[in-house]
Amino acid sequence: MLRELFRFHGGVKPATNKSASTTSPIAKAPIPARLVVPLHQSLGSPAIALVEPGQRVLKGERIGAAGGRLSAAIHAPTSGVVRAVEPALVPHASGLREPAVIIESDGEDRWAEPEHINYRITPPDEVRDFVRDAGVVGLGGAVFPTHQKMRPGSGGKTRTLVLNGAECEPFITCDDMLMRERADGIVSGAAILRHMLQAEEVLIGIEDNKPEAIAAMRQAVAAAGEHMEVVAVPTRYPAGGAKQLIRVLTGIEVPHGERSTDYGVQCFNVGTAYSVHEALELGRPLVSRIVTVAGNVERPGNYEVLIGTPMDELVRLCGPRADTRFLVMGGPMMGVRMPAFDVPVVKATNCVLAADDKLFPPAPPEQPCIRCTECAKACPVELQPFELYWFSRSKNFGKAQEYHLFDCIECGCCAYVCPSHIPLVDYYRFSKGEIWAREREKAAADQARERFEFRNFRQEREKAEKAAKLAAKAAETRAKLAEAGTAEAPAAAEAPAAEDPKKALIAAALARAKAQKAEIQPQNTDNLSPQTQAEIADIETRRKALEAAAVPASTAPAPQAADAADLPDEPRP
Amino acid sequence: MITAILVMAGIAIVLGLTLGYAAIRFKVEGDPLVEKIDAILPQTQCGQCGFPGCKPYAEAIANGEADINQCPPGGEEGVRKLADLLGREFKPLSEEHGVEKPKSVAVIDEQVCIGCTLCIQACPVDAIVGAAKQMHTVVEPLCTGCELCVAPCPVDCIAMVPLAETVHTWKWKYPVVEMRRVA
Amino acid sequence: MIHSPYVRKAVSVQRTMGLVLLALIPGIVAHALLIGPGVLVNLAISTITAVGAEALMLHLRKRPVAIAVGDLSAVVTAWLVTLCFPPIVPWWLTVCGALVAIVAVKHLYGGLGQNPFNPAMIAYCSMIVAFPALMSQWPPAGQLSFDTQLALILGGARDIDGITGATALDALRTGLRSGTQTVDAVLQGSAFGALGGRGWEWISVGYVAGGLFLLAKRIITWHMPLAFIGVLAGISTLFWLLDPGRFASPLFHLASGGAMLAAFFIVTDPVSGATTPRGKLLFAGGIALIAWLIRNFGAYPEGIAFGVLLMNMCVPLLDMKTQPPVFGHHKDAKGGGK
Ligand code: SF4
Ligand code: SF4
Ligand code: SF4
Ligand code: SF4
Ligand code: SF4
Repeated sequence: MLRELFRFHGGVKPATNKSASTTSPIAKAPIPARLVVPLHQSLGSPAIALVEPGQRVLKGERIGAAGGRLSAAIHAPTSGVVRAVEPALVPHASGLREPAVIIESDGEDRWAEPEHINYRITPPDEVRDFVRDAGVVGLGGAVFPTHQKMRPGSGGKTRTLVLNGAECEPFITCDDMLMRERADGIVSGAAILRHMLQAEEVLIGIEDNKPEAIAAMRQAVAAAGEHMEVVAVPTRYPAGGAKQLIRVLTGIEVPHGERSTDYGVQCFNVGTAYSVHEALELGRPLVSRIVTVAGNVERPGNYEVLIGTPMDELVRLCGPRADTRFLVMGGPMMGVRMPAFDVPVVKATNCVLAADDKLFPPAPPEQPCIRCTECAKACPVELQPFELYWFSRSKNFGKAQEYHLFDCIECGCCAYVCPSHIPLVDYYRFSKGEIWAREREKAAADQARERFEFRNFRQEREKAEKAAKLAAKAAETRAKLAEAGTAEAPAAAEAPAAEDPKKALIAAALARAKAQKAEIQPQNTDNLSPQTQAEIADIETRRKALEAAAVPASTAPAPQAADAADLPDEPRP
Repeated sequence: MITAILVMAGIAIVLGLTLGYAAIRFKVEGDPLVEKIDAILPQTQCGQCGFPGCKPYAEAIANGEADINQCPPGGEEGVRKLADLLGREFKPLSEEHGVEKPKSVAVIDEQVCIGCTLCIQACPVDAIVGAAKQMHTVVEPLCTGCELCVAPCPVDCIAMVPLAETVHTWKWKYPVVEMRRVA
Repeated sequence: MIHSPYVRKAVSVQRTMGLVLLALIPGIVAHALLIGPGVLVNLAISTITAVGAEALMLHLRKRPVAIAVGDLSAVVTAWLVTLCFPPIVPWWLTVCGALVAIVAVKHLYGGLGQNPFNPAMIAYCSMIVAFPALMSQWPPAGQLSFDTQLALILGGARDIDGITGATALDALRTGLRSGTQTVDAVLQGSAFGALGGRGWEWISVGYVAGGLFLLAKRIITWHMPLAFIGVLAGISTLFWLLDPGRFASPLFHLASGGAMLAAFFIVTDPVSGATTPRGKLLFAGGIALIAWLIRNFGAYPEGIAFGVLLMNMCVPLLDMKTQPPVFGHHKDAKGGGK
């Protein structure tokens, strides 16, 4: 049966350069002496370190717990001793340092006791927590925490589960080799994902330039007696983009900023499916991954690499040539230039390319845009890249956003075809960064404004209250005087009191309420003047009151409570 | 001759009516000027402009009592934006009000702090927490870097630390235009 | 410091422009063979002028001269200027045209990629307004020897009526304006061949061949030529059917004047044209419509140049109003193809 396939707009066909690294099977990279495991290895928040320097760890032991809803755990890739938890150079274009756990391996590679659960009978929430604690993230490069995607769409069902084996970037063959050699594990993982998503059909999309992988996957599906369909999709970059593959297989277009589950589709990389299988069937957390090493090396190939292995040690296995200028993590279209040679392999590392001037020649000089619209013809998102370029170049960020800058997936097709050799994607990255920074700044400014206004409001109120307190005291004295019944001076005492009896009453009530509040709030108040004491209490109680008021904004009487209700969203990371 | 004049007059009337209608129909219901100015100011609330906070300075600008180049935290870019908004000439920051500095936050040396609460009272955005006689701490995300807490501290335990760039805040640079280099 | 993508397709502005030049050659060869080699002389003059002016302007604007001249864009402009001028214009007219195109239209607006107007068309329009007589002397096919043409180009005495005939479009318009002749009668005249102007029709065929080559090489898209030819053919067919006595046939319109040169080389100029698919259709269609109107009702025999300039002005608006929907925002995308 031939499935009807759809096409996405644009795309390019760069030289694939895949054959060299598929000649030999996946090899195990040796255990390095020192591993650097960054805490932030998934989209979302970084993991929280669970180990101390000097602590012994076993392979697969959790060394970092998921730091929030959108986060995943990290594990010791091998047995050894934690040397430090400190900032280390991470594989990021910025060349900045981020906290990492540094482990000295003992060479024994001893596994910790595996944890098992039976996903078929465990409540889905627990399975998801288990997957999160096994550190499984999307291995296609986006490292989205997988557990967050393992839930059915509306109505408790998902129509289609898509496994992404397209692997469209040139040079990269790690998914190809994984599918050739470990197809049954992938199929098993797919079955787990299907169970979790309650998916009706499973489609495994593989670019048609990988006939061996297609055959291996078909065989594995048949051997497992599963109902899954292996679909050969036309080879065209970026067919492996999740949204592009979903489009090709199902015809559905998932707009930017929306989740595919809402459209009845969920997409996982084949490597991710394999990790899910390892986590749930074998009880093994994600401590290693398949990495393609290619480019300017004598023997390109695929390796199973422990997370945390320095890239230069990995590349050395393949005989790097002397004129290698830098390393690229990922492929030539979207890969990130590494700030150094010894940055560690992380969960996002699908490929390490050694770059030299022949393979990746220095950028030819940028010429003016001639509006030839080649870029628009190539853009898979159907943007008008040259318009985005004009706006980004002139720093007209508002306009750039209007022309859907944030729909751009930075696939690089536009820059690939531009006859004027304009580094288009660099301009988009610049614009996006600026816009995010501005949003962060604006959010901070708004917050500061609110807090400042609230403080002024509070000071005003304090002043008023102090005045009221004084008035109340005066009234009290007068009342006492009146009680004493000195008949000589009633007129003198009553005249000011009668001026504003109501005010005095309110002030007295306020003072009482405040005294009560101060009582219930245990404070570190010894040896303090009562005035300071009250002030501190006030700060706390009013802030609490305001916070409480800010939540149900409709019922809040204070004007700034309404302000507080529309706090700006957190800026995007 | 007369026809020409009549035609011209007719056109003038029609255009005038259209313009008048458009002026009413598309009238911009903008925020008051003060709000707009305040939205540009960085909200550091440091008072370097000579006013007790950004809002008062915004009011002063709107009333023509202050110039647009008195806010060092807003920097040149801030002045530029104000100039754009108000249709005035750009001018460099006036030096008497201070210079533009990299954004910093206050950090309290908790070993030294005596818990006198003076800094709490000085902080315009309530970014310092602590009770009397207890050590105080700056809540970093809230601190605007206004430096107002530094001077009041009797034991000089507050330091301003420039914010370091992190992977999270790092930005891609503007692509270098290589045209000239080749020449 | 380069960032991804690290690889690039083997394309360049130079290659694009080179292919355009290549595509112009069949038309030029036909031109030289049928009308006379005078055009080659003017091509040489305009090329030298344009490249020289380009280099000078780049130098004055402190831009790297070598790569920008090497991109061949000035040569393309020069050739187009010459090809829409009569081939026997005196040399100084060609020089003026090329200078206007390069200096005034291209560089004063910021150089390659910045000009809102089509340089060749501005050159044509300014020259036809300034020197209407010289710009209307189109030699008939194969009647002027190379010596005569060269003499004319070098500024020899011009016995205007003796050496040039009216072009097909000219003859048609004068004939019809006189009110005594019908289209058929006019078309019997000596200026006309099987399809349009005698000799010129085969030059048009040469341009079509070049245009198809550009289409095959994906330098241009089908939108503009199709819309231009479609609208020109459509509207002329309509009026021709209504009153064949007053309006010429679509075939005549397509084969005459610069219609084919325009359809594949002028209208498709990327820099000053619309960029979205729908925008391109509207842009080229608009030019065809204006051209037909001017040909039939205007003061000039040929209206394409004015059409191009008028539509150039509309480009920002066209682009803005015809932005295509992006991925995920197509009206039919949600449910997908199922
Ligand atoms: S491909 Fe390059 S030159 Fe062509 S329109 Fe796009 S940005 Fe401009
Ligand atoms: S990088 Fe962005 S603009 Fe360029 S082709 Fe890809 S999605 Fe389109
Ligand atoms: S100088 Fe300080 S207080 Fe004044 S406007 Fe600028 S940030 Fe606000
Ligand atoms: S903590 Fe200090 S520097 Fe920070 S906002 Fe408060 S007063 Fe200003
Ligand atoms: S002013 Fe200084 S000593 Fe006093 S509470 Fe603040 S930090 Fe501590």
